[in-house]
Amino acid sequence: MAPSEQRRSSYSRRAQYGVFTGYVLATAGALLGAALLALSLWRPDSFSGPRNVARDTVEPAVQATAAGRAEGKGLFDTIGGYFRAGSQNAELRKELEIARIRLAEAEAVAQENVRLKQLLELSTSEAEPVAVTRFVGSSAASSRRFGYIGAGRDEGVEVGMPVRSPRGVVGRVLEVGASTARVLLLTDSQSVLPVRRPEGDVIAFAEGRGDSLLRIRLINLGINPLKKGDMFVTSGTGGYYRPGTAVAIVTEVTDDGALAQIVSDPAATDYVSVQPVWQGETVATAQIPVEQAISE
Amino acid sequence: MIQRINPKARHDAYGSRINRDHSPLRATIVPWVSILLASLLQILPVATALPILPPLGLMMLLGWRLFQPGVLPVWAGFPLGLFDDLFSGQPFGSAILLFSLAMLAIELIERRLPWRSFALDWAIASGILTAYLLAAVLFSGAPPGLPVAVAMVPQLLLSLLLFPIIARMVAWLDRLRLRRVRVVR
Repeated sequence: MAPSEQRRSSYSRRAQYGVFTGYVLATAGALLGAALLALSLWRPDSFSGPRNVARDTVEPAVQATAAGRAEGKGLFDTIGGYFRAGSQNAELRKELEIARIRLAEAEAVAQENVRLKQLLELSTSEAEPVAVTRFVGSSAASSRRFGYIGAGRDEGVEVGMPVRSPRGVVGRVLEVGASTARVLLLTDSQSVLPVRRPEGDVIAFAEGRGDSLLRIRLINLGINPLKKGDMFVTSGTGGYYRPGTAVAIVTEVTDDGALAQIVSDPAATDYVSVQPVWQGETVATAQIPVEQAISE
Repeated sequence: MIQRINPKARHDAYGSRINRDHSPLRATIVPWVSILLASLLQILPVATALPILPPLGLMMLLGWRLFQPGVLPVWAGFPLGLFDDLFSGQPFGSAILLFSLAMLAIELIERRLPWRSFALDWAIASGILTAYLLAAVLFSGAPPGLPVAVAMVPQLLLSLLLFPIIARMVAWLDRLRLRRVRVVR
């Protein structure tokens, strides 16, 4: 369709000024946007307040669609099950997958126990989750990977707390609103997680790549011991995550490590639990600058 | 013998013209609300490990701007981008800047090509969407690299292919916008 006549210059001063003001406002808007962008790249949490309020406002609608998403996915699974070998097939396969993950986790826990017993009765009791809630969505159009959960400050969720699903680690709380929270997913390009492989005690970092894979970077370089199908669990280094939670499975071995697929894909995640920071004191201590003495 | 009167004689494309007129409120509000809802849709239905959903807010904005010029002012990119930024997960300000630039870019293109076919509109929208997605990746703070670029491809293709559907939705919304409603005098 052709542009309206409105923009063509006329003898009317008022119309001319109107068009001119429009351009000035649009340019000013773009410049203001650039300034805000620079500010929020410099200080990423500058605008968390308005974002949290906005998310809290739409939370009921999001909760409803999240329920629909989970049910819809279940329905598709069932239909898929009939196509393959009856509806049980899909369910059993899911159970088997979880059993495999559990097995690897149990192996890690057993090893952890042996080590802890050597360290004179350190307690390893499982902590109560802070909140169990629905994983309501993710930033599906942006290349940063953030997830949103339906629990916030009112439920006691705090920044830094790890979020896990029944399958494994999902991510870490980044911003907290009154009734929602934003989670940095493992696949985000700025997420780094210390992990280890239970057999052989291989220590590594799992870095998000921005697509759906993680990059496993070994700390001890040398002969690469990884194989396709290796399971990585959290190592507990850094103090945020409890050790022994499933993280990723190696899908492709590279020169200096591997590419791994996350165990807990956000698309298949329904309910998640928010857990307390594992070693709060360690984390707090790590944030004190080197120049400042830790003790009085 | 008197011929039966044509039943459509007092109708136009938007309904009967007898005691019915366009609603000014609806004519103004429908484009804005539809773009805001499209922005909101980004966080609603899916949770994914890689970005897959097209930038629906921007696509709706492009649809209205290209197919119904004059409905949105040039500065519309600022408020609409502001809203989009609240929900998109991008650093705050990214959509404000890019939406505003998109509006200014279409203004320049429109000066060169005032009469356009649908194919040309689609091509313009494709160019803007590609530039937007590339810029959004750069602004997101993610280190640019091959994996991020590869992960972008499905999202980009989906955006380009979805645009004709958005165009039909804009056309439908435009009929809704100008539907004649009862005027009681």
